Amino acid sequence: MLVLAGLTAMSVAACGSGGSGGSGGSGGGGGGGDAITMGFSQVGAESGWRTANTKSVQDSAKSAGVTLKFSDAQQKQENQIKAIRSYIQQKVDVIAFSPVVESGWDTVLKEAQNAKIPVILTDRAVDSKDTSLYKTFLGSDFIEEGKKAGQWLVEEYKDAKDPVNIVELQGTTGSAPANDRKAGFGEVIAADPKFKIIATQTGDFTRAKGKEVMEAFLKANPDIDVLYAHNDDMGLGAIEAIEGAGKVPGQDIKIITVDAVKDGMQALSDGKINFIVECSPLLGPQLMDLAKQVVKGEQVPPRVVTEETTFTQEQAKQVLSTRQY
Amino acid sequence: MRRLVWPAVVLVLLLALNLFFTPSFFSIEVKDGHLYGSLIDILRFGAPLILVSLGMTLVIATGGIDLSVGSVVAISGALACLQISQDASVFTAVTLALGLCLVLGAWNGFLVAGIGIQPIIATLILMVAGRGLAQLITDGQIITVNSPAYKVIGGGYWLTVPFGILIVLGVLAITAFLTRRLALGLLIESVGSNAEASRLAGIRARGIIIMVYAFAALCAGVAGLMISSNVSSADGNNAGLWIELDAILAVVIGGTSLAGGRFSLGGTVLGALIIQTLTTTIYSIGVPPETTLLFKALVVTAVCLVQSPSFRAKVLRGRGRTAPPGPAAEKKVRVSL
Repeated sequence: MLVLAGLTAMSVAACGSGGSGGSGGSGGGGGGGDAITMGFSQVGAESGWRTANTKSVQDSAKSAGVTLKFSDAQQKQENQIKAIRSYIQQKVDVIAFSPVVESGWDTVLKEAQNAKIPVILTDRAVDSKDTSLYKTFLGSDFIEEGKKAGQWLVEEYKDAKDPVNIVELQGTTGSAPANDRKAGFGEVIAADPKFKIIATQTGDFTRAKGKEVMEAFLKANPDIDVLYAHNDDMGLGAIEAIEGAGKVPGQDIKIITVDAVKDGMQALSDGKINFIVECSPLLGPQLMDLAKQVVKGEQVPPRVVTEETTFTQEQAKQVLSTRQY
Repeated sequence: MRRLVWPAVVLVLLLALNLFFTPSFFSIEVKDGHLYGSLIDILRFGAPLILVSLGMTLVIATGGIDLSVGSVVAISGALACLQISQDASVFTAVTLALGLCLVLGAWNGFLVAGIGIQPIIATLILMVAGRGLAQLITDGQIITVNSPAYKVIGGGYWLTVPFGILIVLGVLAITAFLTRRLALGLLIESVGSNAEASRLAGIRARGIIIMVYAFAALCAGVAGLMISSNVSSADGNNAGLWIELDAILAVVIGGTSLAGGRFSLGGTVLGALIIQTLTTTIYSIGVPPETTLLFKALVVTAVCLVQSPSFRAKVLRGRGRTAPPGPAAEKKVRVSL
């Protein structure tokens, strides 16, 4: 259970830039009639990412004129199922939740369906075969994140003739963001044989492991050009290892990470990281737009992915002071 | 001493395996004014595990077990980093953190010796609740601190030697002195063999038990400071996660009986070094992450088999004596997973 808590702290991700959905305010949606009541069941409050996610949902509900019934499941599925059942009894207009785990949702989702309450999944999917049980899944595309990291690398080294030696710090083995960020990245760099992943190992999404693994990489492979870390924290740990080896992070070894949490953005603007693919928790505005659409009975796409931003060092310096998490 | 031969052989074999894949594995150089090399890494990253295992050794010697050390690691780092981020001095932060750890350890000891709860249950309480406490302290976030003085504990150097290694040597020396030069070790073993008989013989068994749990928590607290100092941040969710299992494994590999009554500090250090070398080996030779756990399990199984006298008698000398392999061997394997 603790593993899950730790894992979710990093692995969950939903993307949607903060400004993209703000337009769907109460004025625009006024044609829909009465105020919407939304029941939202959050996973917990285990990370800065999650806290920002909660705040985004609460704030945008307020500005969109949606009455929000919020509950925190504290990482437990049974709490979440209880919350959803109570929302059904309260006859809310729409239910949204971030599933703690992938499986075991069919019964309670069926109950919601029988009560004719639409359900929206946010930032994590369920493995239910019956996709009619929920209207849409609003979340990020980890493969796309990996691809963006790869594209930056290809662009950065487009004139290079020599082989580029890459080491990769993977997320928790078997987790969706780790699998997909690896796959997307690998797909893009496979086009050019000069890119070589010479070592890849899991760093469990933590700083401590990131540092430990990077220390070993540095000793086993004297010639590393690029580090690709599946999240900022592992990258931050690796930076310390690189500095300990007498090399300059960002110059001797170029570093690409995913997430864009505050500490990562700080390192990026300090020049220690070269490129960060954002994974934003600020999906509230989009969620409210989708909620209004499904309550009105409009068709929505079954999978909603928003544009994810990326940051270079210059961009990081500009936005650093305004980051919310 | 003879029972330490086999763990030592395994350690040497693991190191030799590394040499095969990474020819420069044994080279140690001085870089930026400190020692640098794979062997130094093993000692440096193994330092927290050695500390936790030392505490665990004494607890196990009394016939107990402490599952809460991982949570104590997280709490200690979290409290120290919180204090430093609120502009407390490093000394205050470290004192407060270790003080809290002592209290938590004494609480464990009180539950075991004072109330008579089974050790595995008594410490399970703090294992679960402590993780929550750590998250409460950090507010669920990762606290990043920027304090060069704090950084020294786990990531710094003194006379080119990593400071963490020096701390381990210090704790090891004190523990060895107290338990092997003074009568304390004998008392602990006596309590582990039979607490009631020891009490009747005039040994204050209750006090001894409370003391070893407090010591285990203190060791875990220092380890927690090292881990968080090494990356200048406190992560209530992940710091010290599952380290209690590695520590139990290290103790068992080192030849300390889980039934209590005897212990080996040298064996525990050796066991912890085997575990850390194994981890470093996996990174260095590039075992794919998907098969890492299996690889670890196989090595640990081999260590346990080779340590079992009945197994050696059967396989190495080809004799058909059918002594059961013993529950201890099985337990070791489970623990590693």
